[in-house]
Amino acid sequence: MADRKRDLLLRSIIERNPIALLVLGICSALAVTSQMTTAFVMFICVTLVVAFSSLTISIVRYQIPNTVRIGIQITVIATLVILVDQFLKAFYFDLSKQLSIYVGLIITNCIVMGRAEGFAMSNPPVNSFLDGIGNGLGYGFVLMFVAFIRELFGSGTLFGIEIFQLTTNGGWYERNGFLLLPVSAFFLISLLIWFLRTIDPVQQEKA
Amino acid sequence: MAHYFDIIFRSLFIENLPLSFFLGMCTFLAISKKVKSAVGLGAAVLVLMLITVPINNLLLNKVLKAGALAWAGQPNIDLTFLGLLTYIGIIAAIVQILEMVLDRFIPALYNTLGIFLPLLTVNCAILGGTLFMVERDLAFGESVAYGFGAGGGFFLAVVLLAGIREKLEYADPPAGLRGLGVTFISAGLIALAFMGLAGF
Repeated sequence: MADRKRDLLLRSIIERNPIALLVLGICSALAVTSQMTTAFVMFICVTLVVAFSSLTISIVRYQIPNTVRIGIQITVIATLVILVDQFLKAFYFDLSKQLSIYVGLIITNCIVMGRAEGFAMSNPPVNSFLDGIGNGLGYGFVLMFVAFIRELFGSGTLFGIEIFQLTTNGGWYERNGFLLLPVSAFFLISLLIWFLRTIDPVQQEKA
Repeated sequence: MAHYFDIIFRSLFIENLPLSFFLGMCTFLAISKKVKSAVGLGAAVLVLMLITVPINNLLLNKVLKAGALAWAGQPNIDLTFLGLLTYIGIIAAIVQILEMVLDRFIPALYNTLGIFLPLLTVNCAILGGTLFMVERDLAFGESVAYGFGAGGGFFLAVVLLAGIREKLEYADPPAGLRGLGVTFISAGLIALAFMGLAGF
């Protein structure tokens, strides 16, 4: 039983990564990754929302009439997102400005809906909660990976702390502006997918 | 007039939702294998954006904003925190209504758009369009132009990507890149081309 719980938590990181394998929740994954800080905050927000929406929906799953289940799921998710959004606005206003509309867009992040519909509706609360955290971790893993490369090579910093001294400050590193452009995220994610699918060929698509 | 044209042009090419803000990616990647279905999806997004963005704009300005309820004799109420819940509710409701109306009156169109409509409730591009409208504080007329431009931008992007993917069927990429990986790269290249319009 303990094994199963650990499996629920960890399988989403590599084996069943929501972004790389299931192609879910890509929108925000690409948009907030030009800095580690925003990516990290986004990762925390999404993990919290997935975990608690799965928990809530799983608790009330026998009370939800089948015909209106999508509406109820969305309401639960939207409420949680409003909480997160208001919290950020109140305590971390700068961050919430940087993340701009992407916090609101967690509502339509397919990972959240996908877990609610695909897992929480048919599993007990604790498992759903763990599955939610696991999926948040899988999402965060991709996000942090992409943000790491983009921020380190794009602006020479990590979490805003200078790692490579830029030529503009008298250092040696000429920043690669391409990595700060949104386009670079497409290429980085495709490389990551390539890597994951090479070490785990089961994920490859048939020709 | 030039102002509206400017908004349309910006949202259509420069601030293209899927290509420069990555909104609606899931559907964008999932339903772009064939040009025919991509056209259907694109049209559905366009129609929906054209309706939801202006309606949410009215709602924001007449009900939710601080002091917007003055017409009802309640000038001190600020309901903006309910925004997200309201917008998504409106979008879901309009999707349902549109589906029923099309089914009843224009069955031919329903057959093309029908299967995509329910999907669009949870499409980030639709909600994203509304949220950008809120963030930029557009007036009603501007929001109509924005809805049109943003929806049109999605249409353009998804049809372009589908055109390329149809050709890619005959290509032979490395096994790990097949399907999703190579689609990402093509989407990236299209985005790169679109950036030229922004003057990079």
